[in-house]
Amino acid sequence: MKPLVLWSDALIYLLVISLSIFFYKLRQDPQTRERWGQVFASRLGMVTFTVIIAYVGIALLDSLHFRRALDATEGVESGEIFYDNKVTSVLDVMLGGMGERFERTYSAPFALKSFEKKNMKDEQGLAIRDYPPLKHAGQYLADPADKWFDVLVKTTAALLWGLVISALVVGVQWFMLRGSANPWYASWGIQAVIICFGVWLVSISHYYHVLGTDLGGTDVAYQSIKGVRTGVLLGTLSTLIMLPIAVTLGVMAGYFKGWVDDVVQYLYTTLSSIPGILLIAASVLLFQVYIDLNPDFFSIGMEKADARFIALCFILGVTSWSTLCRLIRAETLKISQLGYVQAAHAFGVSHTRILSRHILPNVVHIILITFVLDFSALVLAEAVLSYIGVGIDPSMGSWGNMINGARSELSREPAVWWTLSGAFFFMFVLVLAANLFSDLVRDAFDPRTSMRSSGT
Amino acid sequence: MLAYIIRRLLYAIPILIGVNLLTFTLFFVVNSPDDMAASQLGEKYVTPEAIAAWKTKNGYNKPLFVNADAEGLSALTDTIFFTKSLRLFAFDFGRSESGRDITTDVSTRMWPSLAVALPTFMVGIWVNICVALLVVMFHATRLDRWAVFLFVSLMSISYLFYIIGGQYLLARTWRLVPISGFNADNQPWKFLILPVLVGVVAGIGSGARWYRTLFLEEANQDYVRTARAKGVSEISILFRHILPNALIPILTGVVVLIPSLFMGSLLIESFFGIPGLGSYMLDAIKSQDFAIVRSMVFIGSILYIFGLILTDISYTWADPRVRLT
Repeated sequence: MKPLVLWSDALIYLLVISLSIFFYKLRQDPQTRERWGQVFASRLGMVTFTVIIAYVGIALLDSLHFRRALDATEGVESGEIFYDNKVTSVLDVMLGGMGERFERTYSAPFALKSFEKKNMKDEQGLAIRDYPPLKHAGQYLADPADKWFDVLVKTTAALLWGLVISALVVGVQWFMLRGSANPWYASWGIQAVIICFGVWLVSISHYYHVLGTDLGGTDVAYQSIKGVRTGVLLGTLSTLIMLPIAVTLGVMAGYFKGWVDDVVQYLYTTLSSIPGILLIAASVLLFQVYIDLNPDFFSIGMEKADARFIALCFILGVTSWSTLCRLIRAETLKISQLGYVQAAHAFGVSHTRILSRHILPNVVHIILITFVLDFSALVLAEAVLSYIGVGIDPSMGSWGNMINGARSELSREPAVWWTLSGAFFFMFVLVLAANLFSDLVRDAFDPRTSMRSSGT
Repeated sequence: MLAYIIRRLLYAIPILIGVNLLTFTLFFVVNSPDDMAASQLGEKYVTPEAIAAWKTKNGYNKPLFVNADAEGLSALTDTIFFTKSLRLFAFDFGRSESGRDITTDVSTRMWPSLAVALPTFMVGIWVNICVALLVVMFHATRLDRWAVFLFVSLMSISYLFYIIGGQYLLARTWRLVPISGFNADNQPWKFLILPVLVGVVAGIGSGARWYRTLFLEEANQDYVRTARAKGVSEISILFRHILPNALIPILTGVVVLIPSLFMGSLLIESFFGIPGLGSYMLDAIKSQDFAIVRSMVFIGSILYIFGLILTDISYTWADPRVRLT
């Protein structure tokens, strides 16, 4: 086993660490604490936050990669160990080989037989054309009619296990947070649901394909879970890349005014007047050409896909800073007219100090709201970009690629609906949670709404 | 006012030059004229002579930005950038790399785009306002909270699913309308219903939620409280006081989109096979036809800037306190 750190893995862990430090520092500010308290005082805030954390957790587990050592070839003695070209993540291990049970092609959820007929030989050796049985689904059953009873038994067992585990997890938290006034019970409920669902999915996937298999015979539930990492990373990394550009330019334009303002305004008007999709498509194609011209940079396919993914994050970040920049510029213009900034000027405080002590802390709420709002927009945008063909590399699992591959299969008779449903469900839950959470954050941090709620 | 508009139009020129420079650089780094010639000629016919001939024929046999061989001003004018990109300012789009006249293409493809985008826009605004008004009537009740939750849920569904779902249900299962395609002469409305419907439904979530906040902002104003104190009925407050005042931010918010309606929608058009400008652009990206992309970016930028100017004008029109100087 050899650990492998992809660029995106490193970036996401860096992001998690810096965000933790950032929030730890923010905790010391009483006003910020009060506002976050407002978010977490609502049951909805607790529920959505728990869901988001669950997704982020899956993404982080899926970002710990390694390459398995290959078994030494018989008869060949060498001290060198060869590593698998396929990259495995900790999540793959936790899912118990869900992604390694391949079928030949499509099969419906919980099906025992393949979706398409195939020429086979029956017991007497005669050629027949029938649905071949699946390799990894319920083949131990003596009578296929017992299937649903078997599913029921296994589900009950899995749910019992799930309840035991969640009782442990929740019990520890209950012990630690007994005195808290926040509605933690809402979060515990969702945790129990997520844990039970996870245990059920992993355990029953040993016997059936819960969401069927796709054209290449991969388990759809596995693909949907692998899409989590792509979605979460794209949403966070792109915003991370965008923030420094938008904040620096916006604050400078609003603070220094004059020609700096003119230049910044010119830049973002120019950028936002180009139809966004064209700009993204052109940049992605540019990077693709670069990769194709330099194939030696990447030792394995995964690294190439990862490089394209980082480039996509980068491109989305660079092309989408104009909105945030405009907001921050306007806010800085307003703040720099205020008395305390004028007073700081009069005392001869340096520009850098005014910017870092007086201006930046007062635009943080805009950054925060944008961060959460953009997250869901980016997850949705990924699907559209993959459809146009400038999205994630097809070898890297993503919801957009799943939708793209399955959209024409609805026209079959009977329709192949499970791939779309898998992508739809996992994407919808994440985006819905992020949207609801961003509403709460905005209500708590937006001066206009928070004034209204405290005024009445 | 007139001086303001003229100044804004003059400001547009450096922006458009910037746009051109950016798209030009991006696409020529991706695709050198040699690559373009090779892909247009097709695999079989790629010889150095053929490429040189193609470049001469299509005017790519010049340096990109600066022509070192030429004298004086023509060092800047006798280049690909000048002849290809800056010519757009005279609305001379030239021919696509495959030899079709872009101006004709754009003017014929504009109408199907508009036929989808305009009804979607109008019906969308109308539906969103109606839904938002209905929700505002039940403000601060359980119904209102569930409605907001529903809006956010609708927002959280990817656009692709609206299209796929609409096609599956209405066209395939119930067979009410054709799945895709467009026929301008024979009952075009039959082909337009589904795209418009999908566009409207997909927009309800974000649209109605936004209008709801606008209505509620107006509902917190003093004049509404005064009206209520006078004993004006709730219905009358909603329709006579809140609605007209909330229409101002709605109007100024959507005006910027109107010029861009000509560009159509990339996704809707490509899924439903409508021969509009959106699918034109998508095809151009896929076949790397730089001449079309360049022209479309230029048109798109002009329409966007035009929309910004329209927004400013609509502010003065809707709110007499705003003065443009």
